Amino acid sequence: MTIHFLLNGKKTTLDVSPDRRAVDVLREDCGLTGTKEGCGAGECGACTILVDGVSRLSCLMLAAQLAGREITTIEGVSNEDRLHPLQDAFIQHGAVQCGFCTPGMILSAASLLNLNPQPTRADIRAGLSGNLCRCTGYQKIIDAVEATARRGEETK
Amino acid sequence: MNPYIPEIGKPVPRADADAKARGAEKYAVDHYGENLVWAGVRRSGVAHGRIRLIDAAAALQLPGVIAVLTGRDVPGTNRQGIVHKDQPVLAADKVRHCGDAVALVLAEDRATLQKALSLINVEIDPLPGVFTVGEALHPGAPLVHEDHPQGNILLQAEIRAGDGQSALAGCDILLEETFHVPVQSHAFIETENGVAWQEEDGKVVLVVSTQAPFRDKWEISHALGLPLDRLRIIGPYLGGAFGGKDGATVQCFLVLAALHAGGRRVKMWWDREESFIAGYKRHAVRMDYRLGARADGTLQALHCRLYYDTGAYAHLGGEVMALGMEHAGGPYRIPHTLIEGWCVYTNNPIAGAMRGFGVAQVSFAFEGMMDLLAGKLGMDPLELRRKNALRRGDRNTAGVTMTQSTGIGDCLAAVQQHPLWQGRKAWKRGAGPFRKRGVGVAAVFNAMGYGRGLPDSALAKVELTTEGRICVYSGVSDMGQGNSTAFVQIAGQILCQEHTAIELVQPDTERTLPSGSAAASRTTYTYGNALIKACEELRRRLTGRAALMLLSDTLDDLELLPGRVRNLASGREIPLTALAAMMTPEDRICISQFLMPVVRDKLDTGKEFVIGFPHLLFSYAAHLVCIEVDELTGAIAVKAYLAATEAGRVINPQSFEQQVQGAIAQGIGYALSEEVLLKEGRIVNPDFATYIIPGTMDIPEMVSLAVEAYEPSGPYGMKGVGEVGMNGPLPAIAGALADACGINITRSPLTAERVLTTLQKQPETT
Repeated sequence: MTIHFLLNGKKTTLDVSPDRRAVDVLREDCGLTGTKEGCGAGECGACTILVDGVSRLSCLMLAAQLAGREITTIEGVSNEDRLHPLQDAFIQHGAVQCGFCTPGMILSAASLLNLNPQPTRADIRAGLSGNLCRCTGYQKIIDAVEATARRGEETK
Repeated sequence: MNPYIPEIGKPVPRADADAKARGAEKYAVDHYGENLVWAGVRRSGVAHGRIRLIDAAAALQLPGVIAVLTGRDVPGTNRQGIVHKDQPVLAADKVRHCGDAVALVLAEDRATLQKALSLINVEIDPLPGVFTVGEALHPGAPLVHEDHPQGNILLQAEIRAGDGQSALAGCDILLEETFHVPVQSHAFIETENGVAWQEEDGKVVLVVSTQAPFRDKWEISHALGLPLDRLRIIGPYLGGAFGGKDGATVQCFLVLAALHAGGRRVKMWWDREESFIAGYKRHAVRMDYRLGARADGTLQALHCRLYYDTGAYAHLGGEVMALGMEHAGGPYRIPHTLIEGWCVYTNNPIAGAMRGFGVAQVSFAFEGMMDLLAGKLGMDPLELRRKNALRRGDRNTAGVTMTQSTGIGDCLAAVQQHPLWQGRKAWKRGAGPFRKRGVGVAAVFNAMGYGRGLPDSALAKVELTTEGRICVYSGVSDMGQGNSTAFVQIAGQILCQEHTAIELVQPDTERTLPSGSAAASRTTYTYGNALIKACEELRRRLTGRAALMLLSDTLDDLELLPGRVRNLASGREIPLTALAAMMTPEDRICISQFLMPVVRDKLDTGKEFVIGFPHLLFSYAAHLVCIEVDELTGAIAVKAYLAATEAGRVINPQSFEQQVQGAIAQGIGYALSEEVLLKEGRIVNPDFATYIIPGTMDIPEMVSLAVEAYEPSGPYGMKGVGEVGMNGPLPAIAGALADACGINITRSPLTAERVLTTLQKQPETT
């Protein structure tokens, strides 16, 4: 089937088999390998993307479910010169180790900050509880999201 | 970010963070290719049996199936294994665990691959299996490897010091206890995978998620009978590994598949369940301890028996046990020891390397014994540890003289002075109704490097490129531990170049040089030492060649600066681009080798260990944990965590904290929830819904103190910090549980169910 959707701000048309998973279409057909897969069962959050600004697991979505939506992957939150504030904070605060959970973690955090621009550390932990990281112990990730929220507050 | 010179000792952001945060970094799993072939393997599903039939006729008739290969199609020895070559690529006659591969399928797409795998008719006549160490050691037990001369015993060994166990008789206090730890899974988020293809000249290129690209090349060559010069291995950044990608996973399958794919790229990517079933694991261990002490708490004698379940194949089982035995007495002075070990084949999944390699297990036992002793004597558990802590100049419990930095005493002192320890009594009183609070401590250590008998070597290569930039060719993988960033700092420090002018090449057997595996807390230490020498040589060359261009009659006036060399006397400068243009390619490259020093003590023990015993260098840590126990459910919540770590000097405080915090989190998982559950060798919880690794809500705020000591043999005084933090959480939490509720649980993990059951058995004391 043919699907039309907005992918990282660009109108996109794909001819795909409707039973393929969104994560495979994004990675294989669109070449957006920043979206990772860690479990294929909705348990680790590595495949998180934003669908109409809200975090969703692309390993649990079928390609057909992309149709008509505004999809943001990690590649869509920054451009060559300018990083998303969360990306910048992840780098500065040491929230990236192996980095395999990082794209999903950043997109979940972006979704969280959209809903709650001034979260407490407990709110951040709850908001990221669907994303597993095996390297960091999460503390520096929480630091990065907290710092981003504060920065957002200061620039208001 | 503005350019800066990455220097030693600064919290320099990681060299790989930008690309990873953008989603731009290409891990092995991000490599695909035009006209891609998908490969997968059929697993035995039977823990022990003889293969009667593998019939692929139905699979081969399926449109889109390119080939089905079995053990008969493997051209070489069909045997892999790091130390013992006992593991078939594709089992041909017999299967020894449920994850053994029996057939390899190449297909046009993933759906066809899955269908074809299910269409292969595999008939296996089951054999009686052995699923515990006890069963495997029973006289007349079924043999996992009929041709192994010691039956099911992969390795039996002992370490003896002083008067051995006979000294227990003269001790004022004698304590005995048995501890059990389960199988743990690495649970890295990027599962095992790779892509391979054959080039026109016959060479096979493999891009793979691996901790040991150079060893992979030798293993593939041996197993598949391919000459070394027909193999090229490329090892990009890994999405986690922790020991689980140290050894063959997809490598031989992919190279074999590439030989049958007519030049097309072949991809294999294990799903999470396959990663659980076929991937390596941390050894389950039974540990019988007897500890003797004087009435004043001075440790006198230790006897322990350790039983490591190594599963179906050797992998690094013997070496894991050796390290566990070397650490079995803890970071303490115990003059008389007998430490016996059995590493035993079973029909369980393969156990191998995992962060805290054999040591995470014994840490539970030796620290459990220390808590029991403190309880028996009515002594402060931290004081008891300080009293017995190893100092430089002592012999450790393997009889090795501690000649290098030995900071466990300072780590314990740092914990003792911390508000979390000083204020623990008041904090414990604040528990609400039906809750109990407790504080536990643990003193742990972890050896660095391969140990005696195997050269722990790295070959560093650094180049001034024609663009005037510095390129470091790393031969040792970065699985997330951050060694690459340390290499950039070393180059930046010595060559005074900005971070934007320093490039890193990740392991590639055609561009970088053999530097060992990313293992044993060794990567920054060993490669870093080699890189220092290579960078210093390059610095001498650059100023030396600049002298010719700047007409300087002495090198003393020449200073290497970002992008240029300046003659300080004349003020004249030459850009590095111009210098590079003058130099020949070989003149622009410096290569240097470093070999880790080894123990020089002559030891009359541990003779069964061919490699990997003993070790010269150790990192140390003292951990403190505050927990709250829900008396109604038995659930333990970790409320605060403190780690004081001595790993020499810190060359990057941010990377150091990352390693400490990450290890604590894995250790908390090991302590509270992680257990691979086995039923007759079959894993019953092969997914993240039933095998629970910690999430954001399970890990508390952590405080990491660096208790720095200068290690003279280390690059800028550092030692490896990757593993030591893994060893503390389980014993510290067990100690905190005893402190909170007065119960000693000697079988981990400390699940709510286990805690509640034990609480209910406890006699009413209130």
